[in-house]
Amino acid sequence: MKFRDEYRDPEAAQRLAAAIARITTRPWTLMEVCGGQTHAIVRYGIDELLPPAITLVHGPGCPVCVTPVDYVDKAIEIALRPGTVLCSYGDMLRVPGSDCDLLAAKARGADVRIVYSPLDALAVARASPGREVVFFAVGFETTAPANAMAVFQASREGLRNFSMLASHVLVPPAMRSILASPGNRIDGFLAAGHVCTIMGYEEYEPLAAEFRVPIVVTGFEPLDILEGVYLAVRQLEEGRAAVENQYARSVRRAGNAPAQEIMREVYRVVRRRWRGIGEIEESGLAIAPAYRDYDAEVRFGAVAAREEAPGECISGLVLSGERKPSSCAAFGTRCTPEHPLGVTMVSSEGACAAYYRYRRTPLPAAAE
Amino acid sequence: MCLAVPGKVLSISGDDPVMRVARVDFGGIVKEISLAYAPEAGIGAYVLVHVGFAIAVLDEVEAGRVFEHLREIADIEEELAAGSARA
Repeated sequence: MKFRDEYRDPEAAQRLAAAIARITTRPWTLMEVCGGQTHAIVRYGIDELLPPAITLVHGPGCPVCVTPVDYVDKAIEIALRPGTVLCSYGDMLRVPGSDCDLLAAKARGADVRIVYSPLDALAVARASPGREVVFFAVGFETTAPANAMAVFQASREGLRNFSMLASHVLVPPAMRSILASPGNRIDGFLAAGHVCTIMGYEEYEPLAAEFRVPIVVTGFEPLDILEGVYLAVRQLEEGRAAVENQYARSVRRAGNAPAQEIMREVYRVVRRRWRGIGEIEESGLAIAPAYRDYDAEVRFGAVAAREEAPGECISGLVLSGERKPSSCAAFGTRCTPEHPLGVTMVSSEGACAAYYRYRRTPLPAAAE
Repeated sequence: MCLAVPGKVLSISGDDPVMRVARVDFGGIVKEISLAYAPEAGIGAYVLVHVGFAIAVLDEVEAGRVFEHLREIADIEEELAAGSARA
């Protein structure tokens, strides 16, 4: 496929890895903040191609993983109401709530449907005028405009049986939170290419300057990630801390204007709790007052904030990059994708699930 | 979650900017995709698609940059090798 296969060339990957090794004189720790990149790094063994001085750690890059348990509980409560259809992205169905997950609610008779696009949920609402259709919306800035469009169109059409339970999170405040934490060991970031496709990268410039960290907007294919690492390491070795754009075929500095416009129209920025991490100021999006008729929290009651029960799962430490999945005693034994102890093993983009899928068998020999 | 896939625009329909859609070819699979966030996309363009929405028109010139970068790196390596051979 054009714009994909050419970025998977193993020989070019080896050359980039050699170039990184050549410019690296000291140990550096880089963090990516996107589950898609985490997945590609582990799948293609990109971390194993790099010189030992470069450590890649995986940040809170999975919106499914950081959705608070109280939102999952609310979605289950709504799904179990008679006359209701609960739609969401497939990954959300197996995220454990306090008592069960959405899949278990479905088994108990709730009408829970997986949708590919928020517009599919809207189509369900149009086709079922006698039923309440609720879209459980999660995601980073990449997905927020698509979900906002469902609300915007419902409002324009006067579709009264559609509402959205919105648990959106924003990436830069999470990066700030990681950089500001006393135990921070991140020297540089690979910023999430599709988040930046929507938002641009101006908002990363103050972060790079304040914390003296290079931030390289990076794509998702192996050559993208290796080039992102190369650019970040080159900055570190030269003592620079700027925002660079590796993923320029998709990302422009100001981002996607019509998408940002709909986001400003439909959402307001709120303080949000991240599962496993805690509350972060101005790190989430909720539905704006002008669209409150389409807010499932207005229609079905506000989400009750609840403390997370402590358990064996270390997903909070995995999400903040402090621990690797493979260093968890439960990994691959008491915790598997079939019987997950926590969200980073549930979502296919969680770091634990990626390690489980690709790192339990010997790695294929790297292409020479 | 943030997965986005490149595809080629085959045709476009609709006038309302919010409701315009394209038929997009993903290596043989054709889907209807919203152009609300990629109003500039024309027929034959490659768009990046996320949950049913085109979120960017891919830039053909920028797309080749990583390969140019690789060539530059190869040139540097060659110079270094030549330099060490002379030494």
